[in-house]
Parts: sequence; C-alpha cells; structure tokens
Amino acid sequence: MKESLGTTGLILNEPLLWEKGRRGRSGFSQPRRDVDSRPLDKGLTLDELDLPDLSEVDIVRHYTRLSQWNFGVDTGMYPLGSCTMKYNPKINEKQARVPGFAAAHPLLPPVVSQGALKLMHALERFLAEITGMDAVSLQPAAGAQGELTGMLLIHAFHKSKGMRRSKIIVPDTAHGTNPSSAALCGYSPVPVRSNEQGMLSAEAVAGVMDEDTAGIMVTNPNTLGLFEENIREIAEIVHAKGGLVYGDGANMNAVMGIADMGRAGVDVLHLNLHKTFSTPHGGGGPGSGPVCVKTKLEPYLPVPRVTEEKGRYILSEDFPESIGKVHAFYGNFGVMVKAYSYIRSMGAENLKRASQLAVLNANYMKEMLKGTFHLAYDRPCMHECVFSDKFQHPYKILTLDMAKRLMDYGFHPPTVYFPLVVDGAIMIEPTETESKEDLDLFVEACKAIANEAQQDPERLRQAPQKCKVRRLDETAAARHPCLAG
Amino acid sequence: MRYLPHTADEIAAMLEVIGKNSLDELFSTVPEDCRYQGNLNLPEPISEWELNELMSGLSATMGVSPEYKVFIGAGSYEHFIPESVSFLLTRSEFVTSYTPYQPELSQGTLQAMYEYQTLTARLLGMEVANASLYDGASALAEALLMAIRTTRKNRVALSSLIHPLYRRVVQTYLGPTGYDLIELPRLENGTTDLSLLEDLDNLAAVAVQSPNFYGCIEDLEAVGERAHAKDALFIASFTEPLAYGLLKNPGSQGADIVCGEGQSLGIPQSFGGPGLGMFASRMKYVRGMPGRLVGQTTDLNGKRGFVLTLATREQHIRREKATSNICTNNSLCALAAAMYMASLGGRGMRELALLNHDKSEYLKEELRKAGFTISFETPTFNEFVVECPTDFHRTYEHLLAKKIVAGLSLEPYYPELAHHYLLCATETKSKEDMDALVREVIS
Amino acid sequence: MKEVNELQLPDHVRYTEDHEWARVEGEKTKAGINDYAQDQLGDIVYVELPQAGDSFDKGQQFGTVESVKAVAELYMPVGGTILAVNSALEKSPELVNKDPYGDGWMIEVQPSDAAEFEALMIKDVYLETLKGQA
Repeated sequence: MKESLGTTGLILNEPLLWEKGRRGRSGFSQPRRDVDSRPLDKGLTLDELDLPDLSEVDIVRHYTRLSQWNFGVDTGMYPLGSCTMKYNPKINEKQARVPGFAAAHPLLPPVVSQGALKLMHALERFLAEITGMDAVSLQPAAGAQGELTGMLLIHAFHKSKGMRRSKIIVPDTAHGTNPSSAALCGYSPVPVRSNEQGMLSAEAVAGVMDEDTAGIMVTNPNTLGLFEENIREIAEIVHAKGGLVYGDGANMNAVMGIADMGRAGVDVLHLNLHKTFSTPHGGGGPGSGPVCVKTKLEPYLPVPRVTEEKGRYILSEDFPESIGKVHAFYGNFGVMVKAYSYIRSMGAENLKRASQLAVLNANYMKEMLKGTFHLAYDRPCMHECVFSDKFQHPYKILTLDMAKRLMDYGFHPPTVYFPLVVDGAIMIEPTETESKEDLDLFVEACKAIANEAQQDPERLRQAPQKCKVRRLDETAAARHPCLAG
Repeated sequence: MRYLPHTADEIAAMLEVIGKNSLDELFSTVPEDCRYQGNLNLPEPISEWELNELMSGLSATMGVSPEYKVFIGAGSYEHFIPESVSFLLTRSEFVTSYTPYQPELSQGTLQAMYEYQTLTARLLGMEVANASLYDGASALAEALLMAIRTTRKNRVALSSLIHPLYRRVVQTYLGPTGYDLIELPRLENGTTDLSLLEDLDNLAAVAVQSPNFYGCIEDLEAVGERAHAKDALFIASFTEPLAYGLLKNPGSQGADIVCGEGQSLGIPQSFGGPGLGMFASRMKYVRGMPGRLVGQTTDLNGKRGFVLTLATREQHIRREKATSNICTNNSLCALAAAMYMASLGGRGMRELALLNHDKSEYLKEELRKAGFTISFETPTFNEFVVECPTDFHRTYEHLLAKKIVAGLSLEPYYPELAHHYLLCATETKSKEDMDALVREVIS
Repeated sequence: MKEVNELQLPDHVRYTEDHEWARVEGEKTKAGINDYAQDQLGDIVYVELPQAGDSFDKGQQFGTVESVKAVAELYMPVGGTILAVNSALEKSPELVNKDPYGDGWMIEVQPSDAAEFEALMIKDVYLETLKGQA
C-alpha cells in the first residue's frame, strides 16, 4: 500500500488564554483620545474586569497553534453524511469582507443600502428558481431556525383558516431538528416508519394522516441518501386532508436542476446555505436557513421583505398576515453574500453538474465499499450512502472504532450513528468537490481498516493515535461538567 | 469549473464501476413527475474577475465608513476590529471545519469555544455560558423559554425598553405556545417602570435590557430584587456588551440568565448578520440551557482535552423533548469575540469602554449647547436619545446628502416619541466627525 | 455489552418490560433500573428523579436516566406516592452501573395498590422476554 495520508508531525501544546499573558500586556491599539473624560457615577461601574492581558504576538501564536489541531475541508476529505462538506471558495469569502457589505449598518436608510437589498432580492429569486417554489425568506439564521419558521408558517396557515391542528407526521429517518422544531411550535410529532426499501410509503402516511394533523415533514432525498419516490402520492394524501408538506432541504445538493420540489408537492422548504451553497461551516456556524414557499404561504413569510419598484429596493413591513420575525434584522447577510457569489460563479449548468457529480461520487463510493462494509440499502443512492458495522461484529469492532481509526489514515470520519434506523450507521457523503483519487485513497483506507478489524482489532480500539489527543473521557465530562475556567 | 475536479475519463471510469452509461442514469429513482422541466433560469456564470467587479459595484452603493459617518447603534455597533483578529479568522482550519463532534481532530475549535465560554461568563459575571446562539434576539426568546421550562410557570414580563425588534422575535417564538407576555412600561427618566410587577402572579421571568434601547443604564439590582420577590427568574439582556467592560455586570446584580448580542466584540456589522447570541446562566440551571456546551476532560493518557458535553439536552438526542431545536451555534463569530476580548484584555476593554462613554457624552453636550433637549436624564453608555424639531426629517435628508447619517428616528418603534432620534458615538467617531454633525444640524 | 446469560438478574426482585426492578420492603416498595438497562445505556452520567411527595400511576414516567449519548425514560413499576429518592445519585450516578439493585436504587414508593406488584414479572419470565427480544 502507498504511504498513508495520515502522518505525524510537530504541533505545539498551547495553554488556555488565562494561563498565559502578563498583567499590563495588551494586544489592542487604543484609539487616540480626542475628548475629555466625563464623570460616571462610581456606583454604576465595576472595579476590575477579569480578562487575561495578552500581547498581539501571544494571541496570534495562540490561535495559530489551536488552528493546527483542527481538520477542515481544506485539510482533507470530510465525508460527513448530511452535512455536505464541499469546498468553500475563497473568492466568496473576499466578497463578504468587502467594506461596503461588512461595515454596513442594517438600519441604514434604503437609499444607501441598495446594493445589499438588490443582492438579497436576487438571491431570493435564485433560490426560488432552484427549488421550484414561488417566494423566499432569507431571514432564518440556520437550518434549524428555517425549520422552525416553516412550522410557524404552517401554523399560521391553519390558524387563518380557523383550524387548530395539534400533530405533525415525522418519519423515523428524520434529523433531530425536525421533531424538536415541531415541538417548539406546539405540534406533537407522529412517527411513521420507512419501509424495507428505506423510503416512506403512501400507505403508511395514509394510515396516520387525519384532520388533526397539520402536515408532514419530509427530507428529500432522505437521510438514507434515497430519493423519496412516493413523495407526490404522499403530498396528495396530506393535501387531501387539508395538511401541508414541509420539505427539509438539507440534502438539496443531490438534485439541483434535476428535481423540482414544487412539482413534488412540497409547500414549504428550507435550505442550508452552508451545505448546498458552499458557505463554510466555521467550526459549527454561522449558517443560514432560508425558507422557500408556494404562493399560498407567501402572506405569512417573516418581515420585512425586500420589494422592488422601478429598480429601487426597499424593506417592506406591509404584510399584515406575516408570522413576524425570527431574526432581529434580515438574517445572516454575510453568509448570503457568499451563497450569491457561488451561484453567480456556477450558473445553471454547473449547479446541475455539481449535483450529478455528487451523486456519481456517492454511488462510486457505494460500489467500491459494499464488500468491505455492510451496505444498509442496496439501491441506487443519491449524494450519500449508508453502511453499518455488521460485518465487523464478529471481531467485536464497532462503527466508533473504525471512525476513530480513519483519523489516523488522514480522513475526517463520516457521520456515525445517524440515521437511527440503521444500527451502527456510517453515512458517507463525499460531495462533488472530491476528486477520484481522493475517493480511491479513502476506499483504500477503509479496506485497510476492515482488514485491521480482523487481524489486529485492538489497534482500532486504541485509535486515534496520531491526533493531538487520544480518546476523551466523555463520561467524566458529563458527570462532572467543567464548563468554564 | 475550478470547483469540479472530474475529467471526462474519470467520469467514464466511475460510471463503469457503478454499471451505468451516463450521469443521467444515476437519477433513475427520481420519478418523471418530480423532475425539473427545462434548465434552471439563472444568470450565465461569471469569472472570478467579473465577480469582483460586480460586487464592487454593488457594495459601492452602501453608506459606510470612511465615506459616510453613521451615528446609529440600536443593536448594531461600529467598532474598530484589530487586523490580527480578522487575519486569524481566515485560518481555514477554523473556517472550513465542522461542528466538533469528533473531538480528537477538533481540539482547536473546542479549546477556543471553552475559552469563549469562560470569557463570556467572566464578562457577564455568570457561572456558565454556552458556545453561542444565533443572535441577541433569538437568545432572548430562548432565555424566556428556558425560564418557563425551569419554573414551570406560563407568564413572563418584558420591559418595553428592550430592543423593539427583539420583542417582535420573542412574540413570534412564543406565539404558538400560548404563554402570557406582559409588557412593562417606561418611566419619565427613560428606564423600566417595574410597578406592574406588584400585582403579577405566576411569573416565570422578568426581562430587562441594560443599557436599554434608549441607551440608558437600568438599575438591574432593583429588577433582580423585584423578580426574586415574585419567585421569578431575572433575565438581563443587552445589545452592547462593550458596556460591561466598564459597568457593573448583570451577574453581580442578581441575574439568573444573561443573554444578548455580541456583534460589538470583533464581528463586522454585515448589514445585520451573522451576529452572536451570547447566553449565560447560573450553574444550577445548566441542564435546562439551550445550545452547545464545551467541557474540559482528559484523554486516555491523562492529557487535558475538550469535548462537547451535556449533549442529552440537545435535539440530536432528545428530539422533541430537547431544550431547543438549535443545531448550529455561531462558532466562527464566537471565535472572533474570544479573540477580540483576548486582544483587549481587562484593562484594555475598560479603557475602550470609557472612551465610548466619553465620546457620546461629548456629542450629547455639544447638542445641548446647540439647543437640543436630551430626552432622558438617566446616565447612558454610548448612545442616547435627543428630542429634535418636528421637521427634523428634512435636516436628516440634508445631512444624508452630506454623507452623515444622523441617528435613528424612534417614531416607527415608539410613536409617542416621534421626532426623537437615537444617536450613537463609539470610538470610531472623531471629535471632528461629531463637530461636523453638530455644525450641519445647526445650519 | 453483555450477553443475556451474563446479566445479573436476582431472584429477590420483580421486573417490568421497561427493564426496571421493584421489591417490597415492609410498607414501602423500592425500585430502580436493572442490569440489562444499565448495560445498554453504558456509563450513566445523570439521573433525573422526582421529589418526595409526588404521585404517579403505574406506568407513568417519573424521571429520566442519561448516558453520554442517550436518554431513557423511567416508568413507575407500581403506582403510588414517592417517599424518598436516592440523593447519592446526584454526585455519583455511576452507582446505577456498579450496583443497580443496591446502592443504585432510585425511588421508594408508598404503593397505592399491592396487587400491582404481584402482576410484575419474576426473573424467569423476564429472562424469557429478553431472550425473545434477542
């Protein structure tokens, strides 16, 4: 076998901020004082603020060293299922930093915020076009907030018809944010099981749909990486009893220019700009979760909305049936700039191609690994595929052990133990930005690990060994939480 | 396209392995009636160079420094951001990594978040802080929901001097729940009137912002006493955390939960987002807290390390019974705030906060001298309300043409305060800038 | 995780289908989760218990038990009023793993109906249900 991608090298230890520094140091250039001191009531002020005093060099070294302990998409392949860890274009980062955008106050008079409003208006149109929906709100600050917004829209819709529905159908493959968003809205989730093919069946949905059910939350493609083939029939069943279809668009990367969510029967859909539209994950955020709706839900969208008249843009509150606001201002504009830049750089053909290549990569991965790991559903997959640790059970090796060992081979592990319907799930989403040679390296590493599971299982249980730390005691962290220094 | 590495040969080779003849065949499971018809109607792709030009054109229309002098605060504050902070935030190991669910190769993010939690807790005077929520508004909504869960009571009281847009977000979040929202009016001096609390029962929380929307510093200790007398939790919110470099923090005044907007701490204003939802509470309520938490622990070799912990509160485990539906935090923004706080240090932050205070006091005084009435006598931090002539909107337009944005009209938010304007002067406004504003206003 | 035949299932308690145990101690009934439950959960990090004086019916949820990655509901094996809860579990939740039937006990109940205890499974019957599950 060729030399492993994962190797060892010198990285440095770095203490906590308050374990370094010296009293009197500063890393900040205090602005020139051109006004006199003004008195302030001593009763209002605090004696001393206990923040560490560090020089600029202290800080730069500190965070440089910390960054070197991290693995990012720029480091290597990051095949986290359902996260779409695709390459984050640097030119998009630059656009977000442009002073006209970065330094803009949200409450500027519209006459001096035309550029931002125009960008938002255009992005709304692009997202509506890509999803096959009619209207968009960019306000939700993340996918989960987009889901909450979707639930609030559905709630408002039923309320306007004088109805009070208490339930919502949630498939067993749903991401945890689905039932928790529904619950925040006062809905009780009604579970429905996927069939043996890993999809929702119309019969199963018909069995639970009634006039007290507000609708259904469907992820399509679903979290098993499969297209929900019965979606139109399911939508009809739900609509027939006055319900609405919420689409979780986290997996949109599989179907841009290929599937039309509007045609599929979806009434409201959220998107994750930090997944499909290449904005970076930032170690956990910020993201952006726009919602796209059919005309019937447009009146309820959050305000203000960007409207255009004769080439001038304004922010309008003139939507009396709006659910209100989920964000203080207009959403994560800084993230929108990056998504807008991405769409302008790719264009229609390349977006479709991205989806095609994402699906190509996942299917290739599926074929190459299906003898090595147990494939949960041997069907054509979309942009991700799900395996399990069944083949490794005889050696008492778990998904967890294999995931940890992958790090030593120079890869970020795939998503593990999700979706819950597959025991010991391993969900691999390569994305379209991974080249064939990187996929092949990953496959090789997996095969080597499966072999180790047989020959030398203890190696896996001791993994990872090349990272900055070994496996961590999560039990102690939860039993005796130490959350601040 | 430079982000799509596949060559025609590679695609062919891969299709062969899969057993398909074309990329289209990969989508056999997408039914005809779900297919996108025709091509996506989007603008033709543009090159990197054309993109630069396009964005340059769009951004040139925006009223920003140094060309424009913007005297608005109201939840978004102009502060200098050290170049070292901006630079460190471009390190792609921070930018392009995911949530640290695999701690062994995310120790950078995890230690940084642990440090952020600690600095936040110290700044706000609280025992524990989470790894951030989306923004100050949703943080307030989450705080109220947390108080309702913790006390098992259904009524909350909110000051009318909390940022009006935050209160609207709270209304949206709490709308479908049927919880009771009581609004506390204001006193003549620009602070919250707490007298309504006397007659309220079954109160889960009392929420007050300080400095409040008018810039006035509230008596948080008094709020705490009144809230606790009613067995309610005291929630202190804020939009300008720099104030706590100088003022007594909410923790020292009895707050049970503190939440607010951290954008001032090294995060660009960015037309309103992304921001930073800072959130802290007493340790005894930690299991009811929303959002991610990073904890310290040791590895197999006894080395110190950090992990996400108390995850059973969160949606991926607790699902519909979770403390919140939140999944992402605003990690990169929290990182910026930690870097910024570390750059300033305790003494540096106090000095900067004092400068902010003194700048806005200078502007206040010059406006007084020019014949304007300062609407509220309560001490303020870096923004304040001024009463202007009834036709001031004309002056405002005139100033705008001169590239001066003279504050924010309060009329849309408080109709009884028509022709009162909220002005903000941070360390970014020079004496000359402020003199120019006053000069133009008088003329 | 343990095989079914490795589990510790003492004879002096009775079992529920939710993997709790109960035993009568004079006027009181004591309860907790059994060896199968603690083994499945893994390292227990937190136990959420009710307060003395709370009342629940048989089968009602009275608390939760958490490991690092999972939460499980706790259901009353018999109905009644809570007389006491094991406060040692707050500092030492690992007692549930180490000694589920002894120091890891969870609640002491004043039962409302003695017949409910009789209806619980004895060890052999419970063991059969576990084997059937496997």
